[in-house]
Amino acid sequence: MLELRDITAGYERRRPVVSGVSLTVAPGESVGLLGPSGCGKSTLARVAALLHRPDAGTVTVDGVAAPGWRHRAPRALRTSFGVVFQQPRLSADPRLRLADLIAEPLRATGRRAQASAAVAELAPAVGLTADLLTRRPHEVSDGQLQRACLARALVLEPRWLICDEMTAMLDASTTAALVAVVEAYRARTGAGLLAVGHDRTLLERWCDRTVRWSDLAGTERVTAPGEGPAAA
Amino acid sequence: MTAPRTTAPPAPVLSVRELSVRFRMRGGHHVRAVSGASFDLAPGSCLALVGESGCGKSVLASALLGLLPGNAETSGAAHLTAADGAPAVELLTADEPLLARTVRGRRIGLVPQSPAAHLTPVRTIRAQLEETVRELGGGPAAPAAGAARGTSAARRPGRRAAREALRAAAERAADRAAFPLDHLDRYPHQLSGGLAQRAASALALVGDARLLLADEPTTGLDRDLVARTVDALRAHADDGRALLMITHDLAAAERIADHVAVMYAGRIVEHADAATFFGTPGPRHPYARGLLDALPGRAFAPIPGLPPELGALPDGCAFAARCPRADARCAVRPEPSDGVACHHPHPGPPPADAPEKSEEKGDRRARTA
Ligand code: SF4
Repeated sequence: MLELRDITAGYERRRPVVSGVSLTVAPGESVGLLGPSGCGKSTLARVAALLHRPDAGTVTVDGVAAPGWRHRAPRALRTSFGVVFQQPRLSADPRLRLADLIAEPLRATGRRAQASAAVAELAPAVGLTADLLTRRPHEVSDGQLQRACLARALVLEPRWLICDEMTAMLDASTTAALVAVVEAYRARTGAGLLAVGHDRTLLERWCDRTVRWSDLAGTERVTAPGEGPAAA
Repeated sequence: MTAPRTTAPPAPVLSVRELSVRFRMRGGHHVRAVSGASFDLAPGSCLALVGESGCGKSVLASALLGLLPGNAETSGAAHLTAADGAPAVELLTADEPLLARTVRGRRIGLVPQSPAAHLTPVRTIRAQLEETVRELGGGPAAPAAGAARGTSAARRPGRRAAREALRAAAERAADRAAFPLDHLDRYPHQLSGGLAQRAASALALVGDARLLLADEPTTGLDRDLVARTVDALRAHADDGRALLMITHDLAAAERIADHVAVMYAGRIVEHADAATFFGTPGPRHPYARGLLDALPGRAFAPIPGLPPELGALPDGCAFAARCPRADARCAVRPEPSDGVACHHPHPGPPPADAPEKSEEKGDRRARTA
């Protein structure tokens, strides 16, 4: 279970972009979080992935309350999340070949030895051919780079996936292909998913249930803590 | 939507013939980014150029604007005509001063992909609009608003009158893009994504260009913002401009386009009427059909495989490796015929109730009109 409770977060103390939001994702469940751009849903996604410390509220992952965020989060907790962002170019080190990009989390966690086997297994699964793996980000298209970023998110076999507008810049076919990769991974591992986006048709097709940001934030303000509307 | 979609006005604003662009790479080999693209764009109409990233559609746009890097070689022709019978400009051979002075921003209005990157962060929208008006030589005597009455007085103006004319021209441009005038004194970061997009559109409209070129104008916008943004673009077309929208967003294209051109591996593989393309009988080229079927509102099924490298295109049809209809004939590249470049296209519009397809499964649109 991934539980976000009464999260208030932002970048300036007095102007939170998320206030008092609760959201729960059950094990193996896929939840779409639907909202307009700039509404704070990406911030909530970063809080959920332990990448952004909220000003208030708790995140509980499989029964363990996160004691901290970013480098303050225990590695085992951090690595239980795989995260894919909207813009692959902003989240990919331009110096790395795609194979190294995919294996980056293994290297960062001292499992360099597993890198080549993991890449050999994941690359075809995300639809990357061998010749692409030797290229650097500027030598591939956005779609190909996003495929690599998704492989990177899966390489540590996370129990939770957070996809923040993963396909917003991609064409229809690449979108369908990446969603299929995520779903195949979830079918195999039982991982839960929080997919954040603005495309209702996409999220409703993709996820078990879709929560509207306005309902989430709006209702939260008037409901008692502990009764998050998303838990319904 | 019931935008007028059937008119075929006389002279095209833009006429592109056999446009090809290739890049010379290190080691002497070439990347053929665009091959043999031809199309016309009439005033009052919108052509959506669709395809996945890397298919060549942005390179085509850059070629029209003279913004290709130094290692690019172009061939073919692209004529941009003028409303008043002035000579057409051939965009591929025009020199840079001419392009910079009379084409970009003036005869071709540019609606940028990323308004945030296009707007100067430290200056208000009004300041940027006024500067663009000034750069373009005072702006057109647009017939739009009643403010036009004052323009003759502004010709030999005192400084104050000149200021006022400038201000009026900037406000007219904002108004055309439906940018709220009471937000003109804001800075880009104080605007929502939608308003930033409109501010960028306003900049594109300052020169009152007959051709608008919108490069991925909806990337990252929410659905209703997409709708508002493209509806605004459509309104500019309805005012008599020609609109070329380059996009990977098929929903946006469906909403406003009169015609659709689908690019794959540098070629326009299908050029169709938008209503039949998105409706019945649907796309005729297998790639275009696959692209539509990938939409989450349709089959949500990806096209298997990846597009070929533009530097290593096969001799035959570039889609063959991914195509469910490929056979031996496809080893020879199909020439466009009747708007489709395919040896085995799906049936076109006229026989609406003919058996749509025989050998393939799962077509949900196979019903009589
Ligand atoms: S020419 Fe052949 S391979 Fe190419 S799209 Fe048509 S049927 Fe498919």
